[in-house]
Amino acid sequence: MTSYLPPSERIWWKVPVGKQEIIWIGIALVWCLIMFFMMPYWHVFGKQNLSNEAYQTTPAKFQARVDEMVAKYQVGEEAGIPIVKPPVGSDVYLLGRLWQWYPILELEKDKSYRIHISSMDWQHGFSLQPVNINLQIVPGYEMVVTMTPDQAGDYAIVCNEYCGIGHHSMLGKIYVKEN
Amino acid sequence: MPQEDNVPKPERIPFFQRMLDNPFLLLFIGVAMPTVFYILWGIMEIATIPVAE
Amino acid sequence: MAQFRVCPDSGFYFDKSAESLMKVNAVAGAVSLLIAGVLALGVILTRWQEVHLLPADLFYQVLTGHGINALIFWIIFFEIAILYFASSTLLRTRLAAPRWAWLGFILMVVGAVMNNVAVFQGNSSVMMTSYAPMQAEPHFYLGLILFAVGALIATFVFFGTLVIAKDDQTYQGSVPLVTFGALTAAIIAVFTIACGAIILVPTFLWSIGYINHIDAEMYRIIWWGLGHSSQQINVAAHVSVWYLLAGILFGARPMSEKVSRSAFLLYIFFLQLACAHHILVDPGISAEWKVFNTSYAMYLAVLASLIHGLTVPGAVEVAQREKGLTKGLFEWLRKAPWGNPVFSGFFFSLVIFGFIGGITGVVMGTEQINLIIHNTIYVPAHFHATVAVGTTLAFMALTYLLIPVLFRRALFLPWMAKWQPYVFSAGMTIMILFLLGAGTLGVSRRHWDMEFTGAALSFEYPGTAYMMMAVGAIGGVLGVLGGAMYLIVTVGSLVFGKKLEASAGLLQSFGVPLSSGVYNVAQPEQLPMAPKLAVEQHGSGGFEAPGTFVLAMALLVCFVVYYFINWDYLASVWPIS
Ligand code: HEM
Ligand SMILES: [Cu+2]
Ligand SMILES: [Cu+2]
Repeated sequence: MTSYLPPSERIWWKVPVGKQEIIWIGIALVWCLIMFFMMPYWHVFGKQNLSNEAYQTTPAKFQARVDEMVAKYQVGEEAGIPIVKPPVGSDVYLLGRLWQWYPILELEKDKSYRIHISSMDWQHGFSLQPVNINLQIVPGYEMVVTMTPDQAGDYAIVCNEYCGIGHHSMLGKIYVKEN
Repeated sequence: MPQEDNVPKPERIPFFQRMLDNPFLLLFIGVAMPTVFYILWGIMEIATIPVAE
Repeated sequence: MAQFRVCPDSGFYFDKSAESLMKVNAVAGAVSLLIAGVLALGVILTRWQEVHLLPADLFYQVLTGHGINALIFWIIFFEIAILYFASSTLLRTRLAAPRWAWLGFILMVVGAVMNNVAVFQGNSSVMMTSYAPMQAEPHFYLGLILFAVGALIATFVFFGTLVIAKDDQTYQGSVPLVTFGALTAAIIAVFTIACGAIILVPTFLWSIGYINHIDAEMYRIIWWGLGHSSQQINVAAHVSVWYLLAGILFGARPMSEKVSRSAFLLYIFFLQLACAHHILVDPGISAEWKVFNTSYAMYLAVLASLIHGLTVPGAVEVAQREKGLTKGLFEWLRKAPWGNPVFSGFFFSLVIFGFIGGITGVVMGTEQINLIIHNTIYVPAHFHATVAVGTTLAFMALTYLLIPVLFRRALFLPWMAKWQPYVFSAGMTIMILFLLGAGTLGVSRRHWDMEFTGAALSFEYPGTAYMMMAVGAIGGVLGVLGGAMYLIVTVGSLVFGKKLEASAGLLQSFGVPLSSGVYNVAQPEQLPMAPKLAVEQHGSGGFEAPGTFVLAMALLVCFVVYYFINWDYLASVWPIS
């Protein structure tokens, strides 16, 4: 009958704490610190980190970048969407809009690309499957992510932020080819 | 209370206990912390994103 | 002049005006849960791909309504009832400004109705997050704003009541631990509602054309100050409810006032920083901000939760051992009142919150690991372990206590009440575990069709993902059944339950105290302090609660293993920088 009554000691702060709790607090604190330091550790030694490189942009500006890239490096077309093979290491532009990812990218395995992603309208979710890398794509902001595909194959970009009635049909593609 | 004959005044309440007994101080801390570290710092982060050429 | 009645068994004093407010808030909460539960059925039966019940537009509409009614209306109405209980009843004082409290309640009801109308009309299927620049109807936002204003008034009534109790010296020394926990919840509520106002008022003005642009990233940061902090209110509130139920059921005392209160203090300092969990894969935010905020400044709020995870069951164990249940590590637990829904609900809430909700939450809130989890169905799976089981089930358990004590009714269909926590926990646990699995395979949240019908391109999830969604859905249906059982018992008790006139011993089989209905006390006696404990050692080796310690270590082992499994998984995806 005491958790909901005032503490029995006037000065409860000085009541000694049991051994069991002290041990547990110690263990828990160590674990918390390990978890904390894992994040900076991964920034230094891990290979999956986001940078904060991003730009404020507008749909028109970003669209112009995408169009420019498509005009230069288009190599094909699928379902009416251009397939683009940008040079290794280059800046690649990918846009999300209701309800498609544009264009389709063809990348080389084990090469790095600076991928710029933005939205033309509402928020979208970049969910690369089956790799399972997920990014939030926000209109007005251009996010830059350096990706290094380390396996060849066909990958899909699922939109995993709700973006209206056609959300479930918003799919994109990235093809990774052996070089 | 201890049975000894001394301690005419009750012992002073320790600082931390007084802090925990002061709801408005806690309210201030509880609002200030996330406002500074999460909201204000977060807004600074967004505001300093450079504009694309 | 305030009027009180005293409950002969629990010794609680109820101020008449506070009592009515607790009742109406709890009932409004239950109504919201009813709506949310019906909609949940639509959601889960659509996500079960082989059933795929609703068309896309209806699915998104129903999902919006489910999220808002469950997470916002049900929980906050109920929390207001808890705030009034923890202040007025536990401190034996009259409620500050009952008229304001009623005004707050009316605003909340009007707001909730208005928002629901907007959602059901169909042009506001924007999900509870209503991310700009997707726009809902103006009354969608206005409803939420009115609701928030009402909740803010209620929070200040709580603070006012603390002041009155102190001035009237209705207690000596410090407020009870449960009240302190409720205070923590109220503090977090103030920040939460302030963020809500800062973001929803401009959004409302934008929806009626007074403002022409809302920055989408700004919206996300401030909205999550609302959206995530409100979950932290829940954590503080249900931890307080755990302490309360442990006290009522077992006469448990906190193992250490200092430790438990300091843990709440860590919540006050750090818990709300974790709003950053939602911003970990957003553009342009520095790693420093993410790491500091997502880790609650070095996981100090997680430390607090780990402490409560030990001290809540530890308090029960100590109390049980004092009653002579000292055999082995777990006699205290084996011989707990498993047939009493107040206990089983409390205990399942604690275990599922800790083992599933807590661990998955910290894992996916790790800056880099979030990359493989953000916006997958893993996320709803996680928060159903925290809010739909942790908070909701704790509140359900409390309801079984409040029906006789506050509403003075006998429980309707006690056998159903007895099984309800089992059905609900089993169903939800199945759903949660399988949706966690599906999320790990990349299945999206808020997604009508995992077959992408109508898409220009195609992608197929593995068969396992479909299987997991199906099994999860079966669990979800069982969970809805458990929710329905709760509502049947609750509504049935209020409508058909035998009115309890005095301590009639009707519910003693559940060990639930009973109330008298006579308001004959003008000023309750001062609250006694908790009885002092003749220091005794029951556990072994100086450990007061060795069984709990073993459970806590088991939790830690699961935590560590699962945590590193996820790093390992992360290490296998494409390098990104
Ligand atoms: C009773 C059984 C319940 C079932 C079967 C259920 C099922 C679900 C499912 C499957 C989703 C995810 C849908 C998707 O993202 O595609 C969901 C979303 C959600 N649920 Fe539940 N739920 C239940 C109860 C609750 C309760 C009690 C709460 C809160 C207290 C709750 C809060 C939410 C919220 C906040 C969302 C997110 C909505 C959004 O994404 O905007 N649910 N529910
Ligand atoms: Cu989209
Ligand atoms: Cu989408």
